[in-house]
Amino acid sequence: MVAATDTEAPPAAPAKIADAAAQGRDVRNRWLLLMPALLILTFAAVGPLLIVLVYSFLEKGDYGGVIWQFTTEAWFRVVYARDIFDGTVSFADAHISILWRSLSLAFITTVLALIFGLPTAYFIATRPENTRQLWLFLITIPFWTNLLIRTFAIMEMIRNEGIINVVLMGIGLTSEPIQMLYTDFAICLGMLYVFLPLMVLPIYASLEKLDFRLVEAGYDLYANRLQVLWRVILPLAKPGIIAGSILVFIPSIGSYVTPRVLGGGKNMMIGNFIEFQFGQGRNWPLGAALSMVLMAMVMVALLIYVRAVTGKEQARD
Amino acid sequence: MGGDCHTHLAGLPPYKRPINTVFQSYALFPHLTVAENIGFGLEMTGVATAERKARVAKMLALVQLDEYGSRRPSQLSGGQQQRVALARALASRPHVLLLDEPLSALDLKLRKEMQIELKRLQTETGITFIFVTHDQEEALTMSDRIAVMSAGKILQIGTPTEIYEHPTHRFVADFIGETNFLEGVITQSGDGRALQLDGGGEVTLENGAGGASGKTTIAVRPERVGLSQPGNGGLNGTVKNVVYFGTDTTYHLALESGAPFTVRMQNKLGATQPFAIGDPVAVAIPPDAAQVLRD
Repeated sequence: MVAATDTEAPPAAPAKIADAAAQGRDVRNRWLLLMPALLILTFAAVGPLLIVLVYSFLEKGDYGGVIWQFTTEAWFRVVYARDIFDGTVSFADAHISILWRSLSLAFITTVLALIFGLPTAYFIATRPENTRQLWLFLITIPFWTNLLIRTFAIMEMIRNEGIINVVLMGIGLTSEPIQMLYTDFAICLGMLYVFLPLMVLPIYASLEKLDFRLVEAGYDLYANRLQVLWRVILPLAKPGIIAGSILVFIPSIGSYVTPRVLGGGKNMMIGNFIEFQFGQGRNWPLGAALSMVLMAMVMVALLIYVRAVTGKEQARD
Repeated sequence: MGGDCHTHLAGLPPYKRPINTVFQSYALFPHLTVAENIGFGLEMTGVATAERKARVAKMLALVQLDEYGSRRPSQLSGGQQQRVALARALASRPHVLLLDEPLSALDLKLRKEMQIELKRLQTETGITFIFVTHDQEEALTMSDRIAVMSAGKILQIGTPTEIYEHPTHRFVADFIGETNFLEGVITQSGDGRALQLDGGGEVTLENGAGGASGKTTIAVRPERVGLSQPGNGGLNGTVKNVVYFGTDTTYHLALESGAPFTVRMQNKLGATQPFAIGDPVAVAIPPDAAQVLRD
């Protein structure tokens, strides 16, 4: 076909034009189909993001809002603090500790979710096929209730006059109530509860596809139970484990409601701190800059994910 | 058979038994390379890295995949995957190798090649192979001993010749090769035994060929009997169908009793067939061709 168009140009030319027309139609259709998603993305994601980016480089207004004056002060203030009286510069310990707490709490939550989620997913994946649906259904039940209600329920459980402390004191294990509410423990517990299904479901999806004859082959080749888990099951469940970890880590690090309710006022995470800057703090540019920092953290997490996944595929090809 | 086979394995978990398996689906680890797959068992038993590498290389050479060590199983053809599965199972030098229908997923030509390959590997390694198959030809041509199983029970164990020439059960006779079954009652008459067929006729049996008195079935291989014009003794019948196979011709008969009977004759005379459809014939069954069955 290509050779023909080259040697006998006149008769083949109309066909070429028809081809080009069809191609043009294809391209137009593709854009039409993409349009709704593109519109939503532009107005709901790209636009606001640009606004936040621009705000982070502006002067803060005295009563909130921004003054249209370029400055990198907000970005500077993410890590450094300027003394109000003599202008000396020091590390912004508060900001760094909040960033650090967000990172470490999100990380601990992810690890805990993995520890609790992997056996759960394995349990479901090894049930008979007709009962798996029921177990999965049970996993998704918490999604039926509003996040705030579930968080308040946890608060009821762990507060000083809550069920756990009442029982513990009732059986005489402790004379004083154990302070659980308004601690990092409470935040972790809340996030673990809320995000656990996001860990279980992807791991289940990858374990469900696992050919259990490979497990048998592992035993046949002298691997004991632990070695089969470590060398056969986990590597094959790796895509699910990575996906689940990312799905838990990202909402954990940006979590807002859980630290607000269970962490009280003082144990802030970066989400609360950003909200504070736009509210009482009246420092919109700093809030905007912190938002960008949070997004960068999420991006890094996603990058690690993409690396891990494509690295695996490259090795396969 | 390896020398030291007197270990009781029943109480051992699978991963402690000196037995390896070639799975029907191969069950190669998709996340490991070919070399890592082959070395898996050695790694689990704690064989040092240097020795492991040497043995993996040897195994790759044995199955003629020297160049493929760094590939993934998904990049290999079915036959190559089969060879990797074999190498993986042989690498740990098991006392016994179980092969669970290892060739059933391959096409005919590849299967023939792998049969020869397996024979070669078995001779070279000296390991006992237990080869599970549904293919009777595979069973006959590849094994030193055959155990025919039905519904979880071993019916007969023997050499291929024993299994083919002297089947003890209807299932065994039917499973390996083509067979005619004739039913009747055994009678003892002075110098010998004979089977009085249900629908008339008599087949002379070998002396002491076993079998109970009363209702008995015998198995007769189609190529062991002779066909002749009627009046020469033997069982009378009529030719119902003639099938020409080139090397031989199969005659499908109906005996006097109405029972079907198949006779296969070599075409020694070229294209001339001595009998045509509708011809009356006599079937001569030599006593050693009549195999008395236990069931």
